[in-house]
Amino acid sequence: MTTTGIAAAARPPAVEVHGVHKWFGGRRVLDGVSLTVAPGTVTVILGRSGSGKSTLLRVLNHLEKPEAGHVSIGGEPIGVRRQGNRLRELRESAILAQRSRIGFVFQNFNLFPHLTLLDNVAAAPVATGRLSRQQAQTLARELLTRVGLGDRTGAYPRQLSGGQQQRVAIARALALRPGVILFDEPTSALDPELVGEVLSVIRDLATGGTTLVIVTHEIGFAREVADEIVFLHEGRIVEQGPPARVLDRPEHPRTREFLSRVL
Amino acid sequence: MTESLLLSAPARPSGPPGPDGRVLPLRRPGRWAAGFVVLVLVSQAAHGLITNPFYQWARFAYWFARPVVLDGLLITLQVTAYSAVLGLAGGVLLALCRLSGSPVLRSVSWTYVWLFRSVPLIVVLLFLYNLGALYPTLGIGIPFGPAFLTFDESRLATDIVVAVAGLSLCEAAYAAEVVRAGVLSVDQGQHEAAAALGLPRRYRFARIVFPQALRSIVPSYVNQLIGLLKATSLVFYVSLLDLFGTVQNLAGTYPGDVVPLLLVATVWYVVLTSLVSVAQFYVERYYARGALRTVAPTPLQRARAGLRDLRIRFRKETAR
Amino acid sequence: MATPSDVSDVPATPAAPAGSPPKRPGPPGAPGADAPPVVPRRHVGRLLSAAAALLVLAMVLVSVVRNEAFQWEVVGQYFTTSAVLDGLLLTLWLTGAVMVLGFLLGTLLAVMRLSANPVLRTLSWGYVWIFRSTPLLVQLLFWFNIGALYPTLALGLPYGPRLFTVQTVNLLGPTLTAVIGLTLHESAYAAEVVRGGILSVDPGQTEAAQALGLSRSRTLRRIVVPQAMRSIVPTAGNMLIGTLKGTSIVSVLAVHDLLYSVQLVYNQNYRVIPLLMVATLWYIAVTTVLSAGQYHVERYYARGTSRGLPPTPLQRLRVRLTGLRARLHAVTAPGGR
Repeated sequence: MTTTGIAAAARPPAVEVHGVHKWFGGRRVLDGVSLTVAPGTVTVILGRSGSGKSTLLRVLNHLEKPEAGHVSIGGEPIGVRRQGNRLRELRESAILAQRSRIGFVFQNFNLFPHLTLLDNVAAAPVATGRLSRQQAQTLARELLTRVGLGDRTGAYPRQLSGGQQQRVAIARALALRPGVILFDEPTSALDPELVGEVLSVIRDLATGGTTLVIVTHEIGFAREVADEIVFLHEGRIVEQGPPARVLDRPEHPRTREFLSRVL
Repeated sequence: MTESLLLSAPARPSGPPGPDGRVLPLRRPGRWAAGFVVLVLVSQAAHGLITNPFYQWARFAYWFARPVVLDGLLITLQVTAYSAVLGLAGGVLLALCRLSGSPVLRSVSWTYVWLFRSVPLIVVLLFLYNLGALYPTLGIGIPFGPAFLTFDESRLATDIVVAVAGLSLCEAAYAAEVVRAGVLSVDQGQHEAAAALGLPRRYRFARIVFPQALRSIVPSYVNQLIGLLKATSLVFYVSLLDLFGTVQNLAGTYPGDVVPLLLVATVWYVVLTSLVSVAQFYVERYYARGALRTVAPTPLQRARAGLRDLRIRFRKETAR
Repeated sequence: MATPSDVSDVPATPAAPAGSPPKRPGPPGAPGADAPPVVPRRHVGRLLSAAAALLVLAMVLVSVVRNEAFQWEVVGQYFTTSAVLDGLLLTLWLTGAVMVLGFLLGTLLAVMRLSANPVLRTLSWGYVWIFRSTPLLVQLLFWFNIGALYPTLALGLPYGPRLFTVQTVNLLGPTLTAVIGLTLHESAYAAEVVRGGILSVDPGQTEAAQALGLSRSRTLRRIVVPQAMRSIVPTAGNMLIGTLKGTSIVSVLAVHDLLYSVQLVYNQNYRVIPLLMVATLWYIAVTTVLSAGQYHVERYYARGTSRGLPPTPLQRLRVRLTGLRARLHAVTAPGGR
């Protein structure tokens, strides 16, 4: 298993996936996936639709419970705790506390339509008791300005374009000051001319040193920001490495086939 | 290909359309004829309604706002209000049980709804009315153990209590379905987003899911309320004198006034349900906020816009 | 309090069908020591609330079964007497007739309401408004007293001479009054259901049909109505159950339906509670049969909307049993809990 250079330092890996299996009904979606993500790096997961990319991402913050294997983030197992040589499922409140340290950006934004942008961003820090209402709103204003929507804090999500909504969703994920942010095809639901504005926000995060795991179909973007590319096929990682190698000199026939189709 | 399509298109207008550029709308004689026939029939019915001496409109006017009728009206409103609140509370509880992870709570809730949706309200009311025979005393105490406090059923169960209890029990079953459907109508992505943000369970339900569910719960429940308002007419079976019961009673005393008395009840019920419908319109408008980009205009706004259009058209017509 | 929003409890994916995932996968490449089995959490609150609910249920059951006032032997005695069965038959017959007639009239009203003619539209709206605004009981009594209002019904020219007349008093027996009263009330609701169903069809469908050059009536018959059925049928099923229960009101007109037949019996022998129980059990039986039918009809009409049909209760029960058995095995096997 390759890891990028910085991981050798004393800091634990940002994300570790240990032999995760996942079934949907009788269908095997993840088949023993193991993966390590170093802190401060950007990992892009590629693969055909149905290859298990989104499921892997959702396993990372325990939105999907794996049937076997487990995930650690920042050295802490997610959704379970170690007891002897067994793993015991955590109480829901503990899982929620863990999730609040992981940012997640959905393909369909999933903003709360009945709350203003300000409340969308400020809700989680207040509800989890991290910040006072006042502080959270100040932070929310700051973050909305950072994603270029500082003047729309009172608007409701449905009054915005898709690109703007996705930028709010990113601000909402940032409000928890997460150690790692997961992006589930953040631009797939957007019109082509709106993709750029969202990617530029993600690019800023990438250069800022936040650990990112991104599922996307934007190969050009992957080449630009990724430190590591992971190629998933039928629930297994078939190829992994820096973009220069995986994208330009793919070794696995499936990767080659995929790239020849999308490039 | 495209050329031939264009060529085969029916007679394209050549040159300017009409002398003043106006297109004359198609005349629809069938529509006018149907409208006319219906108008004649309606006018005949209305004529009969007004001139037929059997309706006794004078007696109607006499009874319409009599204190005894108004007392009945008050009882109707009271019973409706109590049952609406209690029914909704029970319904929310049942819906939460039904949606919970516990199979026991789920099946208890399902059974309750099944039972009370299966039995006519009259039967429930008659049951409760005769409850005194079943359970002469009601006690509070240890299950299957001694009772600490006992109530004498016949003292506890006044007519209004029986009526409200029966209506609330049935209403709760329907409200449970309304609330459950509302909660399920909230996009799964909302649950996921809230979970991904680590929002606590209670907060998630109270602030994220429920407010969005209200958008579908409120209109359905107000509809339900209209049904409830009308269902209260059944409480005369348990000898409670609501609006209908009063009218029925008076009709017994004044057999000649049966029809005007029924009309009194009809008009009052129409007024009440219409008021609820108006409230429903504004409530729905309120809950549409955030869900639609623009809210629909109120009838008043629409009427004003319609008048303006009419005036403009009128001016154009007369100007020519 | 149990709330419905635990994502890991309520997965977005449908429940696993039978024979799916083996609890411990044969691990091809799964690190054995690194992936120990996960012990699921126990739901203490859930167990407690379940125990409380079961206790209350047991109390209710015991009090129903043991209470002498119910006189279960009387219930058994009257459950299938001919008076009760005749009443049941009338209730069923009345429900069927009212449902069919109500929907015919309701469809007419819905079409009027959706027509471009403002007179027809207003008229249909007014009808629905009045008949949905007044209690069925008031309406029934009104029709019952119509004999007093219009002693004769005449067929003739509007405002002109009468061609022939009929005595209403003879015409409308209580049963016919019940059918008419229930039908008029039902049609107002049916009109809304049909209209809602037609409006629920994506306007793009009508536009597509018009773009193909289909006529208005053809569009309605071939394109819109079949799709509208998907929303009309489930609601109609609900209405059918409502109508069945609604017919109990006709006992006020002394129509011998199920409830009135039972009332007649208990007015003679004063065994009120057991006889009400007879009626209740029959109503429950019929509505349960109707609900089961409705469930399968809805499943049929859901085809083409969602990818996979949800499992029927029977299928779910089978899966549940399989799961339970597997869990039992896991627990009893050495090295379990």
